[in-house]
Amino acid sequence: MTLRDLINKLLGRETASANTARERLQLVLAHDRVDMSSLTTDLLDKMRKEILDVVAKYVEIDFEEVAVSLETEDRMTALVANLPIKRTITGDIKFKKNDKEDKIQKDIKK
Amino acid sequence: MGKNTRTILICSGKGGVGKTTLTANLGIALANSGASTAVLDADFGLRNLDLLLGLENRIIYTAQDVLDKNCRLDQALVRHKKEPNLALLPAGDPRMLDWMKPEDMKKISEMLSEKFDYVLVDCPAGVEDGFKNALAACKEAIVVTNPELSAVRDADRVIGILNTSEVEPIQLVINRVRPNMMASQEMLSIDDVQGILSLPLLGIVLEDEQVIISTNRGEPLTLTDGRSPAKKCYLNVSQRLTGKDVPIIDPKKEGKSLKDKFMRLMQTKVF
Repeated sequence: MTLRDLINKLLGRETASANTARERLQLVLAHDRVDMSSLTTDLLDKMRKEILDVVAKYVEIDFEEVAVSLETEDRMTALVANLPIKRTITGDIKFKKNDKEDKIQKDIKK
Repeated sequence: MGKNTRTILICSGKGGVGKTTLTANLGIALANSGASTAVLDADFGLRNLDLLLGLENRIIYTAQDVLDKNCRLDQALVRHKKEPNLALLPAGDPRMLDWMKPEDMKKISEMLSEKFDYVLVDCPAGVEDGFKNALAACKEAIVVTNPELSAVRDADRVIGILNTSEVEPIQLVINRVRPNMMASQEMLSIDDVQGILSLPLLGIVLEDEQVIISTNRGEPLTLTDGRSPAKKCYLNVSQRLTGKDVPIIDPKKEGKSLKDKFMRLMQTKVF
């Protein structure tokens, strides 16, 4: 809070408009940026299913523990998939449950 | 390409924030510092760069004629009389937008790169084909914005697209800065805008009536002898662009009256 804000508050006046502008802008940009990666709901579900189908052809996945999500940091959005493998399709148990994790990271720059 | 030409996209998303004015002034300033410079008007729909440079009556051929092989590149280039280091490649007519492809722009910029040290591309407003064509021609970018909601929002969209391209570095110029309004906190501050867009700040340009007057005359401020706040800023941006280690102009130090000093005091953080 600046000296000006403090005086305004004491006098019960409106705060300077730059603050309002900053807040409105941050809100609208948060919205815009999510909008651009419109993968969020339906498409992400569909993609998650397809990824699992492909991976399941080769290895047996622990479906309970699967997590596929979009993570955004700064301006980079990454698809993070965590797919614990139970065993290979040929039968032999190669990994103990939850011991090894298959991590696929794809960068979708948005 | 033998030369290390810097091809720079000057874009903003929103129209009217000062892309063309920056291109013209930066072009003159760079040329004046001794670098051979070309400015390319990529705004085929609404071209204006020729007007700002006072070259509108000297255009014979355009970028379109070069692409169609109606003329050689040097026939289409319009050299500035007062600053012979600067040449303008004018935009073709709006119908070009129908067939123009990113590869066409790339070709033009490669041709210019053989002859010039700097190629500044004045980008059209918007994020559609015109913008994407211009983007294909450039290796780096300057995003111009104003300390104002709609301009910052549109700049953010453009930066989102630039981030998915190969263009680097992407730098920010904040135009039409009013120190008094910033001091009284009735305008987004430089820190606000830069923080929100998270781009390295190349410079700021102060709001200045002289810009309008110089546009009327067709003589960019950097070409004139007089002193004016905006001219000082354009020169500062130009120096920083060429890698000179000069500080960005601080709007807080620009107002010198007692009132400005009082306003600055009011900005002091109390907690």
